Amino acid sequence: MHSTRSIIIFVVIMTTLVALLLAGMSTALAPIHKKNEMLYAKKATLSAISDHLDGVDFATISDDQVIDIFKNNIKQSVIDMNGKALSKEEVEALGYKGGEAENVDILKEMKKPEADRILPMYVYEKSDGKKYYIVSTTGKGLWDVIWGCIALEDDMNTIAGVAFDHKAETPGLGAEIKDNKAWVKQFTGKKIYDNGAYRSVFVRKGGAKDDTYEVDGISGATITADGVSEMLGRGLKYYEPFFKSIKG
Amino acid sequence: MAETKVVEKKKATPISFGKKERALITDPINDNNPITVQVLGICSALAVTTGMKNAAVMAVAVVFVCLFANVITSAIRNRIPSQIRMIVQLVIIATLVTVVELTLKAVAFESYKQLSVFIGLIITNCIIMGRLEAFAMGNRPYESALDGLGNGIGYGLILLIVAFIRELFGKGELFGYKIIGATDEYALNTLNHWWLEWYSNNGLMVLFPSAMFVIAVLIWVHRAWNPKLVDIS
Repeated sequence: MHSTRSIIIFVVIMTTLVALLLAGMSTALAPIHKKNEMLYAKKATLSAISDHLDGVDFATISDDQVIDIFKNNIKQSVIDMNGKALSKEEVEALGYKGGEAENVDILKEMKKPEADRILPMYVYEKSDGKKYYIVSTTGKGLWDVIWGCIALEDDMNTIAGVAFDHKAETPGLGAEIKDNKAWVKQFTGKKIYDNGAYRSVFVRKGGAKDDTYEVDGISGATITADGVSEMLGRGLKYYEPFFKSIKG
Repeated sequence: MAETKVVEKKKATPISFGKKERALITDPINDNNPITVQVLGICSALAVTTGMKNAAVMAVAVVFVCLFANVITSAIRNRIPSQIRMIVQLVIIATLVTVVELTLKAVAFESYKQLSVFIGLIITNCIIMGRLEAFAMGNRPYESALDGLGNGIGYGLILLIVAFIRELFGKGELFGYKIIGATDEYALNTLNHWWLEWYSNNGLMVLFPSAMFVIAVLIWVHRAWNPKLVDIS
């Protein structure tokens, strides 16, 4: 048997060694982790316009290409709920270091009261001058939060592509909103305005009944699909003042 | 000659790779497989086998953790106070798992995103804790390394087999490459044989219950194929 004293000494030495090792490793890898996370977020944003990228195949896109596109082709801005663009300083004052759209944490914004939220916004300009507006939205799936990027064409009505992601949806069911590319593709070409009135896109259980405003549901994932409908309906509306300012 | 013999006698059994050592690796792969024979580690086997890629990353992670946890525990086995040995074992496993997690986050970020919860859950994987308690606490680091390697591989192998079946029949893919399915996107379909085209992907295979069925069938096949197992139980 070991004495209490020797046990305590053993524990102190062990925890110190372990703490040093892990702290050292975590600190050493932090810059790489940060870079990876940033790239992942940028790629997620770009996947909303994956079909419209200039001379780049999204399936084989490299990290440098992602950075390149963000540097040369994408303009970031942050707007408030009235559609007014915020300056970098104003965004930084809200606690987002860097002050760009990519620094805004949309999941954190979801917890604020609606009127106080700020919205990230990306504009991708193709070489032929065509512009795509990428907006973000968040909502609730079955288990946890879901979020997505929606790319709109410059009529501020037609969807050019979407990309959804989730925190903890079931693989094979709710997770299909991210994994099932054919399902995601359905959104392309759908419209969010019906004769000038806001309508959004609806995920219909049992199959879409309308070609312009509805997409098929996912069998076995009704609640996640409803969550997608809800977050599109609510989230896109936040950008309405901004859409109007673009359309004039 | 006589002198060397004496030296050898004084030493503990020398490090060698004989029949006994080979059995340390092959036993957990076949006769004493942690999943199909001991039925341990089922939780993670259900969760991460929806795709080959995740299963492969998980298998490598478990082999790493199992190997090094065994070696470290074995190396300090005579110094670990017996009253707190479980906690010490857990700290060793948790440290290694955190190392794996930090490394994955740096080198394979997408896998890390998909696996994150389950990588952390390696800590609670009963296979590893079981090997530390049952083997590493009483054997030398060398033998413990072989045992850890064997058990990690035994676990990883079953994981890969289950993932192979589930991904192929659930999504028609392997490692994300489309293989078999109803449309022309799938590789086998471009060969234009009717008997390759009839298959339509079965969504059930991607869900958790199918992992239960697949593992159960694997256990059955394993027992039918290896008569030793029938005598054991």
